[in-house]
Amino acid sequence: MPDRRENPIPVMLYKAFVYGFGGLCVIYLVAPIVIALTMSFTSGQTLKYPPQGFSLRWYAALLDPVRSATEHIAAWNSLKIAGLAVLGSLIFAVPATIGMTRMKLSAAGTIEPLLLAPLVLPSLVYGLAALIVANFIGFKPSLWLTVAGHVVVFGPLMYRAASVVAQGLNPSLAEASTTMGASWFMTLRRVTLPLLMPGILAGAFLVFIQSLDNVSVSLFLADARTTVLPLRMFALIEESLDVRVAAISGILIAVTLVGLLVARRVLAPPRQA
Amino acid sequence: MKASGFPYVLPMLLLSVAFFATPLAVLVGFSFAGPGGATLEHYARFFGDAFNFRVLVNTARLGLETVIGTTLLGVPIALLYWHGGRNLRQILIFLTLIPMLTSNVVRTFAWIVILGRQGPISEALVGLGLTGMPTSLLFTELGLVMAMCQIDLPLIILPLIAILSRTPVQLTEAAQVSGAGPWRIFVTVLLPLMLPGLLAGWILVFASTSSSFVTQAVIGGARNVYVPQLIYREVGTLFDWPLASAIAVVLLLSTGCLLVALTMMSRHRRLFGHA
Repeated sequence: MPDRRENPIPVMLYKAFVYGFGGLCVIYLVAPIVIALTMSFTSGQTLKYPPQGFSLRWYAALLDPVRSATEHIAAWNSLKIAGLAVLGSLIFAVPATIGMTRMKLSAAGTIEPLLLAPLVLPSLVYGLAALIVANFIGFKPSLWLTVAGHVVVFGPLMYRAASVVAQGLNPSLAEASTTMGASWFMTLRRVTLPLLMPGILAGAFLVFIQSLDNVSVSLFLADARTTVLPLRMFALIEESLDVRVAAISGILIAVTLVGLLVARRVLAPPRQA
Repeated sequence: MKASGFPYVLPMLLLSVAFFATPLAVLVGFSFAGPGGATLEHYARFFGDAFNFRVLVNTARLGLETVIGTTLLGVPIALLYWHGGRNLRQILIFLTLIPMLTSNVVRTFAWIVILGRQGPISEALVGLGLTGMPTSLLFTELGLVMAMCQIDLPLIILPLIAILSRTPVQLTEAAQVSGAGPWRIFVTVLLPLMLPGLLAGWILVFASTSSSFVTQAVIGGARNVYVPQLIYREVGTLFDWPLASAIAVVLLLSTGCLLVALTMMSRHRRLFGHA
């Protein structure tokens, strides 16, 4: 036992720092989300906070098919692009994940940075680069070009999420399956893919959310007709500070929250022994 | 199956080379494109203009301020995680993920409400008698840094939490039994432990801040211009694609240099620091 007498004051100060200041930092982290959510129920005309009264008028205005036609089109475009981006990243990233586990470590180590590079690069720079090349080839900005851009930029998220799971798998499981006479397709369908599923689902969730929110790629690759939701919100904020933005935010926060609660088990960091 | 995995990797590799590496190479080439061959003209135009140079400096400063801010806010949250029980830890992870997964535009919108003339900060300042009139922090760099710090905070918390969740609690207990006070444990045990996570977080925060188009444009306003808006302006309204490419390459290089420097720092630590 230490025979040095512990001075209670630094200990108290430390506790105050961790629980007091740490708690304040957590509030700083979360409060804006709560503020945006509560703002969406205001009955006022402006973004005065705290809101003057409770009403669902901005949600009603947002759902009104006449008043918010542009927003509906933008939301639908965003959902289409995000869905297709998930599909695209499934097609490219999941096979890559499976392939990497079967390659020599040195070869995999050389290739992996290439696959992950889009995650570290500012996507605004990528958007510009893609626009220049598309323009050379003669492609005009469009929904499909935007989807392609999103697959390139967010596909690596799917790869990373799935490969975290793949690295933890025992390769002898697939071997056992083939030794027992299962075809490679059977092994893939009944052994490998089900085992990878938590990673794939987490990846799909991340790709969907990121694609839905992307501005910097869509800014360059989407045409005027395929306005996407975040760009439409950006325009609403810049032009008029329309309170309908609060209602859109409210819906997006609710969707994120529900998605996160559903995906909580999948997204939770692996528990260490 | 004994077959090599390469055929499975090939499609994504091709996608990455054809649709990612190639456009970037073209972008770099474009930034040197002149009527009679390669030229440094576009770079000269960029650096020759005092306004552009100030924009670059502003962007770097914004990134640096946000890195400092997120560190000051993120480390206490990591400490809270370290001292917390299982439930508190799960709650903290959850509270970090919500803002991270919430749309950037939504988070930016929240900060418009907070920083505006009719927002809670202004009301509080008036209520406390600090300012006579409602004040707005919108379109100021202070407001932008406050917003960026919250928006990027998860990027620094998650690497820290990842490290701490792998660290056995006995480590600080040992230090405690040896007679070290909590502050000393924090400085000599926990902080060095967190350093690789901080390095990872700094890279992410700096990269995210220096290319956060919407937040910069909306909260920073027209008077505070940063590199992303400059690029967009050259493309969208001035149609000066070579200049836009040159600016993009400068942004890329400055982020890249920082990335390499920080990665080397973390390698260095791993080799010569703790085992």
